[in-house]
Formats: sequence, C-alpha cells, structure tokens
Amino acid sequence: MSIKHAEEYRDKKLSRSLIQEIQKNSRKPVRLMEVCGTHTVSIFKYGIRSILPKTISLLSGPGCPVCVTAQGEIDAFIELSRKKDVIITTFGDLMRVPGSNSSLQQERAKGQDIRMVYSAFDALEIAKINPDKEVVFLGVGFETTAPTIAASVLSAQVMNLTNFSVISAHKKVVPALTALLQTKEVNINGFLLPGHVSVIIGAGAYRGFIKNYPIPCVIAGFEPVDILTSIHMLIKQIETGKKDLENAYPRAVTEEGNSKAKSLLNTVFQSGNAIWRGIGPIPDSGLFFQKAYEAFDATRRFQISYQQTPEPKGCACGEVLTGIKTPLDCTLYKKICTPLHPVGPCMVSSEGICAAYDKYHVENNRGSCNDD
Amino acid sequence: MTTDHILLDHGSGGKMSSAMIRNIMLPVFENPILSMLNDGANLEINGVRLAFSTDTYTVSPLFFPGGSIGDLAINGTVNDVSMCGARPLYLSVGMVIEEGFPIEELKRILFDMGKAARRADVLVVTGDTKVVPKGAADKIFINTSGIGWIPDGVDVGGEKARAGDQIIVSGTIADHGMTILIQREGLTFDTEIRSDSAPLNHMVQSMLAVSRNIHVLRDPTRGGVGTTLNEIAIQSSLGIKIYEDRIPIKKEVAGICELLGFDPLYVANEGKLLAFVPPSEVGDVLSAIQKNPAGKDACVIGEVTDTRPGRVIMETRIGGERIVDMQTGEQLPRIC
Ligand code: SF4
Repeated sequence: MSIKHAEEYRDKKLSRSLIQEIQKNSRKPVRLMEVCGTHTVSIFKYGIRSILPKTISLLSGPGCPVCVTAQGEIDAFIELSRKKDVIITTFGDLMRVPGSNSSLQQERAKGQDIRMVYSAFDALEIAKINPDKEVVFLGVGFETTAPTIAASVLSAQVMNLTNFSVISAHKKVVPALTALLQTKEVNINGFLLPGHVSVIIGAGAYRGFIKNYPIPCVIAGFEPVDILTSIHMLIKQIETGKKDLENAYPRAVTEEGNSKAKSLLNTVFQSGNAIWRGIGPIPDSGLFFQKAYEAFDATRRFQISYQQTPEPKGCACGEVLTGIKTPLDCTLYKKICTPLHPVGPCMVSSEGICAAYDKYHVENNRGSCNDD
Repeated sequence: MTTDHILLDHGSGGKMSSAMIRNIMLPVFENPILSMLNDGANLEINGVRLAFSTDTYTVSPLFFPGGSIGDLAINGTVNDVSMCGARPLYLSVGMVIEEGFPIEELKRILFDMGKAARRADVLVVTGDTKVVPKGAADKIFINTSGIGWIPDGVDVGGEKARAGDQIIVSGTIADHGMTILIQREGLTFDTEIRSDSAPLNHMVQSMLAVSRNIHVLRDPTRGGVGTTLNEIAIQSSLGIKIYEDRIPIKKEVAGICELLGFDPLYVANEGKLLAFVPPSEVGDVLSAIQKNPAGKDACVIGEVTDTRPGRVIMETRIGGERIVDMQTGEQLPRIC
C-alpha cells in the first residue's frame, strides 16, 4: 500500500483565510448536514465547529454505516456467531455494537470464533485454510466498501470456495438523502456530500436527486481545507439563493465515478428496500445479492430472518441520525450512555456521532440543536 | 450492557483497564503506595528511597523491526523504574513458555535481553521459568520486575504537576504501536517503520543532573500520549493544553495511522517519555534530552493550566479546539 500525504490541505494559513471568508459571507442562520461519518470525525478532529461563526450549525447525518445497521441485523450476526463451525469475519467497528443482549466482542470473549479483518479478501483466505468451517463476512458499509466485497464474491466463485458467504447489509447514500428530505421534522439548508462514496458513484449519481429535491449540495473531501472550502461554497449558494450540486473534491471525484467498481457492485448486488436504524424502511436503499450469486448469500445459507426489535429505551439515535437532535439533546448522553456502556450504536462506532461528541466535544463550545 | 467476562479492551490501557484496576483490584490490596497509580511504587526503607516496578510482556510477532519481546521486557521495566526518577539497578525475569517453542528463538530472545540489560547498565539478578502445555500460553510471556534507587531531592509523580509546567515529549510518537500492528496484520507499505524500543534511564539521569524540579516523568506506552496525559490531568486535578502542530510524528507513521483510522495520540510508544518541567528550567532539560540519540526530536508540546481540571484539550493545527479524552478500549481499524 502506498501512503499519501495531504499537508497542503491542512494548511493553517489557507484554513484561516477560508474561515474569514465564511465569516464575511454568512448572514442567515443555517443548518448544514455532513452526511458521512468520516466527515463528522474530521470536523471534530480539527475542531472546525469551534471556529465557525455562530450562524452555522453543523449536523451529522446517517453516514456511519454501523450506526444505521438495524438492531435486528446485529442480533442476527450474534446469533450466527453462536452456530457450530462458523467463523465470523468483520471490520473492527462492528465488534462493540450492542445487540439486544450481547455484542460480537462479548461473544468472542465467550469463545465464539469471531475475527477482525481488514478486507473481505482476508476472509477468503480464512475460508481457504479452514475448509471444514463456514466463513461468513459481515458486509456493513456504503458504496465505498461494497465493490471490494463484490470482488471477493467473484473470486470465491472462481476459486470454487463453497464455505464462504457474505451477509450483505450494505446501504446506498442517495436514497437516504431523499428519505431525509421527505421527513417532516427534518430541517436542513444544505448537504456536505460524502467524498469517499462519491469517488465510486460519481457526481452524476446526485443529479436526479437534486432535480427532484433542489437543495444546495457540495461534494467534500476530508481534510480541513476541503471541509472549509465546501462549507464556504454552501454558504455562498444559500446566501445567493442557489440550489446546485458543486464538487469541491475534484482531485478524487469525477462525474461518472469509478466505473470498474460500479460494475463489480452491479454484477453481484441489486438494490432493494432496507431498514435503516432510526429512520425505518427506505425504498431501494439496500444492496442485496443478485440471483446469480445467491449461493454466497449467508442469509439464505443459514436461513436468517431479521426480527424487528425495539430500539433501546430513551435512545435518541434516530433523531440524531436525521439531524433533528444532537447527542447533547439526548437525556442518556454521557449519563447512562458512554463508550464503555453504550446504549445506542451512535455511541460505539468510531464514526458514530455520539461517540465523536463524547470523544472530542469541548463542553462550552456550541453543538446543541437548540443553540440558535 | 455490562460484561461478565474479561474483554481484550480491559488490557488496552484506556478507560476499561482503569475501571478494572480501580473497581476490582485496588480494593483488594488497598494501601497508600499502590493507590498513587504511578508507573512504579516509591518505597522508603531505612531512609533509603527506592522505586519498584513490574510489567508483563506479550507481543505478536515476537520479533519486529527495531526490537523483540526480549529488549521490550528489559527496556519496559527499566523505563518504569526510571519514571519514578530512580536509577534502575536490578531486574528479575520470569518466563512462561509454551511447550514446543523453538529453543533457537528462546536463545535469540535471551540474547536481546542480555544486550538490552548491558545497554541500560542493569543486572538481571534472579529469575524463574515455567513451561506450560501446548495451547496454555501463546509462545512465550515474560515478566520483569525492577528496583532502583531514587537520589536525594528527586520528587516526581503524576500528582505533582503544577499549573504553568511545560510538557516535553522526548521524540516522535506512535512508532512502536504502528510497527507491531502492521507486522501482526501482515500489512505492507512502501516505507518501513521501526519500533522505538529503548532504555530511557540514561536520558532521565542527564535530565535530573540539570534540574531537580522535574515534576512528572511518564513513558506513554500502552494507551499512548493521549491516555498518559489524561492520567496526569486526573492525578493532579489540573488541565492540560497541547498543540497539534508541535507533536512530533514521522510522516510515514502519520500516513499509516490515517489510512487505518488510528489516532496516533493513543498508539503505544516504547522509548519515549513525557516530562513536566517549570518554564524556568525547560530549556536546560530539553537540551539534556536532545543530547541523547533517542531524544533528538524532543520538543515542548503544551502546558499545564488551571482551567478545566482533569481535562486534556488540544489546539488543532487549524486553530480549533478539541478534547483529547482517555481511550475507551483498543482502537479498532476500519478501511473504507
Ligand atoms: S447518547 Fe447514546 S442513547 Fe443517546 S442517542 Fe446517542 S447512542 Fe443513543
């Protein structure tokens, strides 16, 4: 792997002058949503909220893949891990997410074979050397992770690996944006669109959405200069009454996106209705196996059906994920719900909004929805 | 949701470790020396002040760029004793070895231990070995304990930080933890990074030779600089402010951290120290550190404040502010 450096996008002087520009241009109070969990973390990591003018409220959206995974799905993962001769493979951030009464991490401590991997291909390797076990990869993520997982399924087919399967709980970003704007209580003046997802799906993927639901949108990268530039562009659109899609991350995002990744994704997966934690069912927002690859679908192989389980009592994750509330407005935040004893998923994932608030938020800086 | 089993997070050096120590261990052994929760214990025997510390080492892989479990086990305890302001003198070594472990590898580990002990100028004076059946341990576990002598006038401890103290870090952070991670996971990058495993006793002695007013010495091992600073903020009931753009980190280490979603502030170091020094003496102490080859990148990264007691705040490189909290558990990677 090669390591890229992004020093020029972290430049202090450039950041300072962008902040001044934003201060100069921002008049109306606005509520901007960063859709992606990586943006939430970057915004906190660089302390961006603490230096923006009071007119701008940043809200975090449903862009943390672990946070929007339905509790019924988490329970099913845990149930599956208890089956004999099954090895569960997963990205690290699912380990601590609480299901109704356990977590993968706790199951591992009790002796279940649950392994953290860095890629679905690691899971393939594990399947190869354990022919007498069933190896299941838990596919949780957006269009960013789904293509690699699709590629691993294609490889498994070529290698004739019959003991490898995937649970696809993948989700798509654009249908979620639509669902957000259809929700009455949601009050958003502009979107910072996710950089990584856009690298795959391309700026073009948002055109239809913007046409049907005109709203200022800017595709944003993850460094402070990227984020500040995008906020600046949004503010300019809002102040001048424009409702366009702009790309502030052209070094990575093209109009058509990554066609190879898209074709992998479409070969193995198809869209279907999916349940988002906190939001509910969203049409065509999930990625499920195409008929031709059903043999690798772990939900079929193990006859998994998801149970509708109630959300933990008092947890405001749903409203937090839609920007109606911030964690500071949740009565459990930091009192009962902490990273050590998380009540909802937003307190668990490294990209979870409540976890980010708990980890980075300086108490007397702004951040509540009721600030303005 | 509470847990009735030990999780790996309980060993991460963060909040979960700290809760376990405070809730189920401290009450059993309750005594004023242990409750200080410093890297080692400060003892007084017939007017002689001694520092005593113990640590157990498990690492996978056993050999890695920049060191092995052998030098780690010696350097780690030498450093823990040194962080009490003491001169480490004698060490014990205990080993738990899994049946079937290659003698050749044991010899390599012992060779590294011998070399590290000579480099740190300490004697291994007692030891013990146990062999357990295959599967009852993972290859080899090593425990070392160390004892050292605290010179007159030296008085360091996490609770002794003062408002105004300058905070020095003796070099680049996160080298060790990221080296181990990428070796263990078999990740390959286009640059090589190495563990910083090194004894710090000679560095500490040269620091104490120029200043007897060093208030705190700590080696930010497991849990990293972020967790250690939080411990000190809590112990001293003072606030700590650090500046992101002053924290030394190798470019390649920063790059790998970013790729894997790790915060370098929570990644382990094995040859670095943090020193809290009054402003009037910071120049002398800093140049004493920089004279040591392991301290050439040393610099001041922040200061102690009397605002926000118990909290560590970082000014980010673009001038914003954020909390540096104690880590909850092991950092879990995600690659998008
Ligand atoms: S603080 Fe906890 S309970 Fe409240 S919304 Fe966040 S995750 Fe849910």
